[in-house]
Amino acid sequence: MLRFITSRLLQSLLALFLVITATFFMIRFVPGGPFTAEKAVTPEILRNLEAHYGLDKPLWRQYLDYLGSLARGDLGPSFKYPNRTVNEIIADKVPVSAELGGLALGFALVLGVGLGTVAAVRRNTWMDYTASTIGMFGISIPTFVVGPLLVLGFAIHLGWFNASGWYGPLDRVLPAFVLGLAYAAPISRLTRGGMLEVLHQDFIRTARAKGASEFRVVTRHALRGGLLPVVSFLGPAVAGILTGSFVIETIFQIPGIGREFVNSAFNRDYTLVLGTVILYAGLIMTLNLVVDIIQAWMNPKVRLEG
Amino acid sequence: MRFSFRRPTSLLRILIASLPLLAATGCLKRESQVQNGNRDQILHRGIGYEVTELDPHLVTGIAEGNVLRALFEGLVTEDPVDLHPVPGVAERWEMSPDGLVYTFYLRTNARWSDGAPVTAADFVASFRRILTPTLAADYANMLYILQGAEAFHKGATTDFGQVGAVALDDHRLRLTLEHPASYFLALLTNPPWLPVPVSSLAKTGEVYVRGNTWTRPASIRSNGPFNLKKWQTHQIIVAEKSPTYWDAANVRLNAIHFYPIDSVDAEERMFRAGQLHLSEAAPVSKIDSYRRDSAAVLRIDPYLGTYFYRFNTRKPPFNDVRVRRALALAVDREALVSKVLRGGQRPAFALTPPGTAGYTAQAKLGTDVTAARELLKAAGFPAGKGLPPLEVLYNTSENHRIIAEALQGMWRQELGVEVSLVNQEQKVAQAARRTGDYQILRSDWIGDYLDASTFLEVFRGDSGNNYTGWANADYDAALFAAARTTEAAARHALFQKAEAILLEAAPIIPLYHYTHVFLLQPSVKGWNPTLLDHHPYKHVWLEK
Repeated sequence: MLRFITSRLLQSLLALFLVITATFFMIRFVPGGPFTAEKAVTPEILRNLEAHYGLDKPLWRQYLDYLGSLARGDLGPSFKYPNRTVNEIIADKVPVSAELGGLALGFALVLGVGLGTVAAVRRNTWMDYTASTIGMFGISIPTFVVGPLLVLGFAIHLGWFNASGWYGPLDRVLPAFVLGLAYAAPISRLTRGGMLEVLHQDFIRTARAKGASEFRVVTRHALRGGLLPVVSFLGPAVAGILTGSFVIETIFQIPGIGREFVNSAFNRDYTLVLGTVILYAGLIMTLNLVVDIIQAWMNPKVRLEG
Repeated sequence: MRFSFRRPTSLLRILIASLPLLAATGCLKRESQVQNGNRDQILHRGIGYEVTELDPHLVTGIAEGNVLRALFEGLVTEDPVDLHPVPGVAERWEMSPDGLVYTFYLRTNARWSDGAPVTAADFVASFRRILTPTLAADYANMLYILQGAEAFHKGATTDFGQVGAVALDDHRLRLTLEHPASYFLALLTNPPWLPVPVSSLAKTGEVYVRGNTWTRPASIRSNGPFNLKKWQTHQIIVAEKSPTYWDAANVRLNAIHFYPIDSVDAEERMFRAGQLHLSEAAPVSKIDSYRRDSAAVLRIDPYLGTYFYRFNTRKPPFNDVRVRRALALAVDREALVSKVLRGGQRPAFALTPPGTAGYTAQAKLGTDVTAARELLKAAGFPAGKGLPPLEVLYNTSENHRIIAEALQGMWRQELGVEVSLVNQEQKVAQAARRTGDYQILRSDWIGDYLDASTFLEVFRGDSGNNYTGWANADYDAALFAAARTTEAAARHALFQKAEAILLEAAPIIPLYHYTHVFLLQPSVKGWNPTLLDHHPYKHVWLEK
């Protein structure tokens, strides 16, 4: 187990290093820079700016400098926000995205696993069809349609919520619901599929034969195996949901990291692009590792071997 | 049993039936932020996007200016109706007869938010900071009008004593200019000229280097009618009325809440939900329905900006003035404005918007299809035959696309000229502009201050914003002379001359002058239409 984790960690570090290197050079070769603007700065001012941010040095030197400060945990100053550092921006925005993501994920799991289980247990009845229909709607209707529709109904016509913003507890409801709905749909489909497979296996028949109640069979015996596909889906999904959803954050104007991630590329905010990419890549790698470990625990058939 | 079973059901039914009614009549609605604000004199204003900084020396954008004008006050400030310069920190000023030396008399009751007096030395220190090269201030060149400022900023001297900014005593400031400039006072209301509390900056970081955190609510000192209380990025900026402001008795708003909302659609929904008194913009697609259904909240104000196309005059066929003029003369701007844009824009027949500080260009680049065809023929391309493949480059946006398509159609129909449309992400297009890697480029220019020079200077031969490759010695000479002329009629005559040269050579096709389209609650009073979209907050109030 320990050997597995160590080797996976080393692989992840290597992958992360490659991601950083590729991002560093790719963003530099994109036309336009952090200081290109509709109104041009004078050549002297451009030189001052480049000197301040070290852009006047050769690229390889900048790359080594960046790796050096990265090793000290310093992601550098932002180009777009002159008096803020990338560390500060990330520390400011990640908790917001994590809160939204956590709420949405909780909602998605309860709804998705619930619907999926009911659908599997009552296969080919009206309950299954209803759950599947809800699932299909959730998958096929994008959040940028559901979001504004709910705002129209609940914020503008009924006046129960703010149309957008992240000011009080009430402002969490609509965005978490919309984002959660988008994830609940695939979770319910995966749960249904996983459960159907498990419910036909011998150990379930054995449990039933021992006289266990149907509720106990489903919750104690079947769910553990039935949720395996959901768990492998959750790895990258959790990374995505925790680092923010650009669409939801834009519709509801939520100050999360997702918008910074996308806008930093448009702004050519080199350091912020790198900072958010590192955050995102690191999270995906960590969560995939966690998922592998959880799967091994849930399914004895999986052996943890490098 | 049965009886008691029926009662709650019918009760429930009544309740359910009345729910939509309750909701519709607003019984379940909370008091909206706007109603709340009207009662407490709190203005809720959308500002478009998150401000990059609140350090007046390090900002360039419109949203930043809209917040800074609440927090800081310069030597002069603006009249709420026509924005002409009125006393700010300076209660009066004198100009020398040659127009070169201004002496400002600062009010003795002008205060920073900690109660310390605002002195002439504060202004000198502030000008010194923005001109210091290590700060790398984007707009430092705005101060080049001060004698010796350019040399100091470019490092030719490190002695700030050479710069024409001297504190004669605590309350008298003498500014000496490079050349007379009738728009000098109007310049002073821009962020680069606002006083920064340099004396206390060292507490939060380096004074002459970026990265100082002095503008955070906990450490900021400012001298304007409002003080910064809260700044949550991408959420809200709260400014509350300042008790130390010299004119606090005349400030009617208790607070302003600024909302950085970068989605026009989200902002419009917030406005409709009663979260905002005014929006920064209104979605183009909804202008018509607002006109029809809620005209009372729709505002369309003229705005000091011009939308135009640039030609790359370095490359054929646009090195030939006849081809440039042919394309320009074939554009029906009236149709563009009334049928395509529909936002109350004015068709542009010149670069400078009409009525800019009393100046309206007499020369016109209008529509004359017959002349356009003749010109094209004379250039050797009758009915567009023989032209190389032509391309219009615009930065990706729905609006730019529909305008480009309209022009594409006009040129095809009137001249037989085929152009293809290419869109690029904004910074990529800007890079192409710099390297001259374009034929026709979508462009715009927003004036910095109320004077024709803010537009015409763009196409000087040595201007960093020209990009067309076009230069004309007479044009440059007229602007040089205008900058050194104080008498208004003579200056305007020079501008007329320059503008006529520009339109005759047509390195650009002016298309329309901007309007600012936004949503405004009728309870907001004192929000006058001004060309720069500036609204001095101390003259704004809310009615219930």
